Amino acid sequence: MLGYLIRRILAAIPVMGVVALFVFLLLRLTPGDPAAIIAGDNATAEQLDRIRTQLGLNEPLYTQFFSWVWRLLHGDFGTSLISNVPVLQMVNQRIEPSLSIALSVMLVSILVAIPLGVIAAWKHGTWIDRFVMALSVIGFSVPVFVIGYVLVQVFAIELRWFPVQGFRSISRGFGPFFERITLPTVALSFVYVALIARMTRAAMLGVLGEDYVRTARAKGINESGVLFRHALRNAAVPVITVIGTGFALLISGVVVTESVFNLPGIGRLTVDAVLARDFPVIQAMILLTSGVYVGVNLLIDLAYALLDPRIRY
Amino acid sequence: MSELVNPTVNTRPIALEIENLVVGVGKSGTGKKIIDGISLQVRQGETLCVVGESGSGKSVTSLSTMGLLPRDSLKAIGGSIKLVGEDVLQASDRRLRELRATTMAMIFQEPMTALNPVVPVGKQIDEVLRTHTSLGASARRARILDMMEQVRLPDVKRIFASYPHRLSGGQRQRIMIAMALVLEPKLLIADEPTTALDVTTQAQILKLMRDLQKDHGTAVLFITHDMGVVADIADRVAVMRNGRLVETGALKDILSAPTQDYTRNLLSSVPSLIPRAAREEAGFNPVVLEANELGKVYRERSMFGKPREVHAAQDVTLTLRKGRTLGIVGESGSGKSTVARCIVRLIDPTSGGIRLAGREISDLSRHALQPHRKKIQIVFQDPYRSLNPRITIGESICEGPINFGTKHSVAMARARELLELVGLPPDAVSRYPHQFSGGQRQRIAIARALALDPEVLVADEAVSALDVSVQAQVLRLLDDIQTRLGIAILFITHDLRVAAQICDDVAVMQHGRVVEQGPAAEVLANPQQPYTRQLLDAAPGRGWDFANFRAVDGSTTVPAA
Repeated sequence: MLGYLIRRILAAIPVMGVVALFVFLLLRLTPGDPAAIIAGDNATAEQLDRIRTQLGLNEPLYTQFFSWVWRLLHGDFGTSLISNVPVLQMVNQRIEPSLSIALSVMLVSILVAIPLGVIAAWKHGTWIDRFVMALSVIGFSVPVFVIGYVLVQVFAIELRWFPVQGFRSISRGFGPFFERITLPTVALSFVYVALIARMTRAAMLGVLGEDYVRTARAKGINESGVLFRHALRNAAVPVITVIGTGFALLISGVVVTESVFNLPGIGRLTVDAVLARDFPVIQAMILLTSGVYVGVNLLIDLAYALLDPRIRY
Repeated sequence: MSELVNPTVNTRPIALEIENLVVGVGKSGTGKKIIDGISLQVRQGETLCVVGESGSGKSVTSLSTMGLLPRDSLKAIGGSIKLVGEDVLQASDRRLRELRATTMAMIFQEPMTALNPVVPVGKQIDEVLRTHTSLGASARRARILDMMEQVRLPDVKRIFASYPHRLSGGQRQRIMIAMALVLEPKLLIADEPTTALDVTTQAQILKLMRDLQKDHGTAVLFITHDMGVVADIADRVAVMRNGRLVETGALKDILSAPTQDYTRNLLSSVPSLIPRAAREEAGFNPVVLEANELGKVYRERSMFGKPREVHAAQDVTLTLRKGRTLGIVGESGSGKSTVARCIVRLIDPTSGGIRLAGREISDLSRHALQPHRKKIQIVFQDPYRSLNPRITIGESICEGPINFGTKHSVAMARARELLELVGLPPDAVSRYPHQFSGGQRQRIAIARALALDPEVLVADEAVSALDVSVQAQVLRLLDDIQTRLGIAILFITHDLRVAAQICDDVAVMQHGRVVEQGPAAEVLANPQQPYTRQLLDAAPGRGWDFANFRAVDGSTTVPAA
């Protein structure tokens, strides 16, 4: 088990190395002078020179790479070309809304979707199954901004139960924080509930036909024991995969939701950086996103091993 | 046991009485009748074997008794199933759950899949006790360990905490038996419990079941398709066909004096363990296939420490002449399929040589090998998975010849001829695999292999998945084709009865090595190696010559009864 864990972690290092190299080359190998790209069309020769020195562009490529990685490892992600604020500080300000929404969406989705999927598989072919599947089609097909605006119209503007938009840090009290993340969480949860419920149903359907489920029934175990103790744990691997990748997607930014609810999150930071060609920020966002994916995949692998003893080798 | 010597006078209480059971297809059971008026009785301490070929309804009968019929496709619509006097067809779901494991228990065919892979086996047995008793944790554990010892598992404390994938097939089936018997049920239903096991393991499990039955007085409903197993374990036999009871009676009566034609045919289809007379070799038949000190090593690389090596095959030397059949027999893991696959070069051997029609092929590259491929063709075990379901039979058969440059129309005409040769209508070319039964599909697989006019046909457990009557037909077909085409056959099987009836020579394999080799009549009638003898001793039903309805050599294995 420990050996497995160590192997997984060691395997993540080269992945991050390749990502870092790609992010580094992204700027250096773009046709033309990186300094000119960064400075824009109307830069003076003096400005270009300053950027070149700042980025160390006069050094050999590999020296540039290693000193860049060295700075990354020390938490120096550079400075935004637009606002002149350190990139790390910008990300730090934006991570809380994104992380809060991602966690709450995942929590709500798992709590709603897994029981729905289990019941749909158990009552396979009945109206309950068809109802759950119909809900899931709706969840997939209605765009998140439509759900978002409807929620805002009904619950914020008409009923006045929640604020229309914005974010308040949890450090300033749970009440205001909770009020402001509820509607975006609900809006985003639709699609994840649909996805996870569908996956759970499919995986459960496969497992419910297995011999050991018949064995469990032959032992006289009640249905909930058969479903949750025997079947669900065996069906969990694909479901965990979907939950993991879904979570990573949520962290790396959900631009539309952030725009609808005016949340200062990672997604909007990324879009703004791309539009303004703020390269240090873009690089940091790519590294962050990849890091989240690698980390989530590590957790998924770990979960597999915990769930299925055959994977611990 | 003494009161069972003549089973007809077993006057113990009836544990299970099925009367006029009718099971229909569909949610309300109004469709086709899968079971049509079955009546059976099993008394305490008695084993009733239900035999029949696939589709006879024997498993549906047992699942009906347990209340485990799939709800949306099968339903019992008539008759009664009385378990110690209580009709389980009328019982509520809750009552059925109470009865399971306490009064009736079941073990299944596939020990590999019947246990939950993500729960330690001790905990799975524990679940039975937690569900049905109010015993404390330590009392439950003590009882489970005791039961695990009764089923003769070694090192029970370690196995208690093990996951199923750490155990062998035989050990898993012992766990299933322990789980079924831990609450001393009155009735044990065993649905083909030894079919997936090797013969030596099978013999052990059958003995274990007999011993446990003697100790606990359990009534056993034993479902099987294997007459050998019937002869070894039954007190009484019920023969089923197409959802009806053909006949029922005491073991000896059924085996020695069956009254129904169907039973006679079934028994006549069982291949005899006594090898057939050796065939005359007409003149000097050229050697078409030679394996020379063939070896296959699997290396498992490890990040730390030395790589682990598994010798799947070692120093295997075989010779096969034109028109002859060489059998490779052995248990699972003995390396017989590895050898077959190396010879066909589906996998690459790590050492040794293979000469096919005088040409060394073991070191040819994939590309250089291609023209030689047509000289050796293979038929696999599972006819349900070896044909592409999306391609018509005709296209499947033609594919090989077309690859070797035959025109489509010519290949298709040949496909029709081949289908006739294997006993199928030529118009089968335009149909799909799912439209055929298992036996027919295996005939198609043989036709496909023959389409390339191979000199050697490799049959890898090619009749193992078939019912005995179909098996007999396919074996006759292979024999017939060999006579007509003079093809050489390499026949891989775990079934000594089949080997005895089709092979001229046999090679017995164990742990990747050939332990004994020679003419079938000598090796199987007068084995020199202890392992070969052990295999023959373990073959079920060796006390009976089924086809001639008589017991043979009563001094060896006495049928249980």
